[in-house]
Amino acid sequence: MQQFISDQIMALGLPQWTFNVVWALIQGLLVLVFILFNALFLIWLERKVSGHIQLRVGPMRTGFHGALQTLADALKLLGKEDIIPSSADRAVFVIAPIIAFASAMLVYVVIPWSPNLIVQDLNIGLIYIAAVSSLLTLALLSAGWSSNNKWSLLGAMRSASQLISYEVSLVLSIVSVALLAGTLSLNGIVQAQQEWGLWFVVLQPIGVFVFLTATLAELNRAPFDMPEAESELVAGYSTEYSGMRWAYFMLAEYSALLAAGALNAVLFWGGWSGPFLPPAVWMLIKVYGFVFLAMWIRWSFPRIRVDHLMNLGWKVLLPLAVVQLLITAIIVVVWG
Amino acid sequence: MLEAYTDVAVFLVLGAAFVVINLLIGRLIRPHRPYPAKLSPYECGEDPIGEAQINFHSRYYIYALVFVIFDVETIFLYPWAVVLRELGLYAFILMFIFLVMLLDGLVYAWKKGALKWV
Repeated sequence: MQQFISDQIMALGLPQWTFNVVWALIQGLLVLVFILFNALFLIWLERKVSGHIQLRVGPMRTGFHGALQTLADALKLLGKEDIIPSSADRAVFVIAPIIAFASAMLVYVVIPWSPNLIVQDLNIGLIYIAAVSSLLTLALLSAGWSSNNKWSLLGAMRSASQLISYEVSLVLSIVSVALLAGTLSLNGIVQAQQEWGLWFVVLQPIGVFVFLTATLAELNRAPFDMPEAESELVAGYSTEYSGMRWAYFMLAEYSALLAAGALNAVLFWGGWSGPFLPPAVWMLIKVYGFVFLAMWIRWSFPRIRVDHLMNLGWKVLLPLAVVQLLITAIIVVVWG
Repeated sequence: MLEAYTDVAVFLVLGAAFVVINLLIGRLIRPHRPYPAKLSPYECGEDPIGEAQINFHSRYYIYALVFVIFDVETIFLYPWAVVLRELGLYAFILMFIFLVMLLDGLVYAWKKGALKWV
């Protein structure tokens, strides 16, 4: 396939970079379709899981056990009126969902689904992910600010403060993994786990906990969903958004959830490595394991108060992450 | 080297284009009937009082300041993490001193009450 396109472009006499762009476009479209299908499935799964946890059945009418419910909702949202409040900052209001979705998609460039099924194995993969995934908060902040609505502004400010509080612990627990692997490339980290002969979760018991908690906080999922706490802030940063514009925030949120699952799998649970089954299947099993855990946590724990949330980030997770970093450094110096 | 980032650029453009194109398609089928009450910001059915873009808690600034200090320092950890195996004990001791200073800053901010939500 790659060879075929390369030949075609050579035959047309176009320079090498056009091939890079065309190939990137094809991969990008495939990833886009992958994200959309998974998001449709994830939203259905969330409603089913929440339903069964609360002794309900969840959506049942549209398709087999409500399987087409999300698709129906998406079509409905496409036909909804697009309302931009008259006092809103129009340019920023319009651009916020674009940043949200584009940043969620950028993460997928470096995620390895199998040894070869990766768009581009950047050698600075971990820094890239840390940088790109925090762009989502920029989107939420501009959405909340531009709406010119008190609920939105409060939600956006909470989201920003929450992200920066958990970002430091998140980065420190990522650095512990980089220490063990000796590389920042994501495929390299999976291979390093095969060389060590064990998954990093064995060497990073504290790191796993810190990373899981911090990713849930970065995803704004309950019990850390202060930014959209519906009982106090209506809908937080997305109060003024309607129709498709709102749907993009939802889509970005669920593709970020899937990417977070992939990151958890790669950093601590051996990524695509596993016996018998093909690598991509192992990766999907691990990713959906994390996704299910995140949903289980969301529907089992009450939302925590904003001051407790800050305390947990700065006074519990950050010291724990530093302790994990020191232990890991000692392991690497002694056995590495 | 830089070719690797073609994918990043293309993904960025594609993600943005997907949103814009969908909104344009939606424009063909969705209704558009605005009136002043519909376009006013939501405030539980009341007429909004004042602008929203002025009031927020000054507490957020202090967290932002603490964050800036820590985030810049954690960036130094990445190159160290990659090469620690080659550099061995010496690099470990140097970074240990650095981490102690980092934690010192955290303890200082903690004692000063910067991490207290009031």
